[in-house]
Amino acid sequence: MTKKILLALLAAPLLTAALPASADGDYRTKAIATLRKDFQPRGQASLDRLAEDGLQTVCNRTGNKPPEYLAKQMEADQLAGVKFPADGQLMGDWKEGEKLAQSGRGFTWTDNPGLPVGGNCYNCHQIAPKETSFGTVGPSLFRFGKLRGNTPDMQKYAYSKIYNAKAFNLCSEMPRFGHAGALGEKQIKDLVALLLDPESPVNK
Amino acid sequence: MKYRIALMAALALAMLPAWAQSKKAAAKPPAAKAAQAPAAEVKDAATLEFEKFRAEMEDSNPAELFEMKGEEQWKSKRGPKNVSLAESCDLGLGIGKIEGAYVRMPRYFADADAVMDAERRIVWCMVEKQGFKFDDIASKPFANANFTPDITNLVTYVAGHSRNMKLDVPLKDPKVREAYEIGKEIAAYRAGPYDFSCNTCHGSDGKRIRMQNLPNLSTPQGALKGVQGWPGYRMTGGVMLTHQWRMGDCFRQQRFPQPKYASDAVAYLLTYMIGNANGQVYKGPGIKR
Repeated sequence: MTKKILLALLAAPLLTAALPASADGDYRTKAIATLRKDFQPRGQASLDRLAEDGLQTVCNRTGNKPPEYLAKQMEADQLAGVKFPADGQLMGDWKEGEKLAQSGRGFTWTDNPGLPVGGNCYNCHQIAPKETSFGTVGPSLFRFGKLRGNTPDMQKYAYSKIYNAKAFNLCSEMPRFGHAGALGEKQIKDLVALLLDPESPVNK
Repeated sequence: MKYRIALMAALALAMLPAWAQSKKAAAKPPAAKAAQAPAAEVKDAATLEFEKFRAEMEDSNPAELFEMKGEEQWKSKRGPKNVSLAESCDLGLGIGKIEGAYVRMPRYFADADAVMDAERRIVWCMVEKQGFKFDDIASKPFANANFTPDITNLVTYVAGHSRNMKLDVPLKDPKVREAYEIGKEIAAYRAGPYDFSCNTCHGSDGKRIRMQNLPNLSTPQGALKGVQGWPGYRMTGGVMLTHQWRMGDCFRQQRFPQPKYASDAVAYLLTYMIGNANGQVYKGPGIKR
């Protein structure tokens, strides 16, 4: 089992290219072959989006429940990839963060690739109390900073979590916004401020 | 009541050929735009309003007007071969039989050697029996404010003739079972820039995106919600949309590339979803906000 997973990990970038559909009778193999056959590129959504990276492969193969030792190793790898701002400043402007949290745009075949991507935050989280139209796929972030403080460590955690949620929970449902190139340094700082700044409505 | 009259008028308009309504359509966009981006506070009021409206519409679903149009198209001789679907198309229960056909699909069709959902099967009949070109149908498969494809009317017609019947996808058929299992894998497959799969949104109970409830498609009750929503009349934009459309729009939001129209991938997913709803009573076609 372990070998199989590691092998899958190594092979992930090659997986869709290298595996013929008939390699085995496995439904997963057939599913991947079906996706490759039946999808077409449109707008910025090119066919390479159907390929899994190593993390996606492990989560897909284990039903989002990877063995603990593997999850730990891979989470550490994801964390090592987080790029922090050169000036060491992790908190931006919460007002900008709120605007960003409202926008669910970005990366779909109808989105203009030239426009900045939104944070999609309210799609899944309760954040500032004024916004009552929020989703529940993720936990509530209301009072995030009030409950946790805004120490340098907490800022680092919040920044890293937005940059790459998988650094803390390998198969989290949350996108890896920094890792994926969706949100830039300034945007992530603004979101950190939304969560941690004592002046943010999140913490009032 | 005044809603209903306005709606009927809007529907009658929507059914006119595009050229006949181009003037009126041109005058409409500002209102349509405003409806698409309601403020957060307005949304809650809109939800209440919609529920009231829906209760009022209960005995007169606008989908019925599309069913009527579909019935006419099903029974008329059409296409290069000048044949009607009523005299040539087998939806699994015999040529021309539509009573209860919708709740027994997707199913395997030997003549096409494929598992097909209702929409895919009707397209197949239009191509094979009536002589329409697949590429023509697939080039503009879904409705917009000015245009409703024939296929949408036909699917709505067929779906309406399974109303209040139990869903019964023939999962014992090995080909259908395989489609179901592959569909299950596709639903779980995470990829793309946001690592999303179908199950990210539709794999557990009680979740929502913003205020939109997300049915858990792995349960009979959740799957039923997904199944009877489409084909459905969507208030936003006033369009009739099909399940094939809904699958595509989910993949769009998943940040995936686009599934080809009436492809295996979509048929397998529908087999998984509708199969999960087996035993539940179908009350579509739907009406959506």
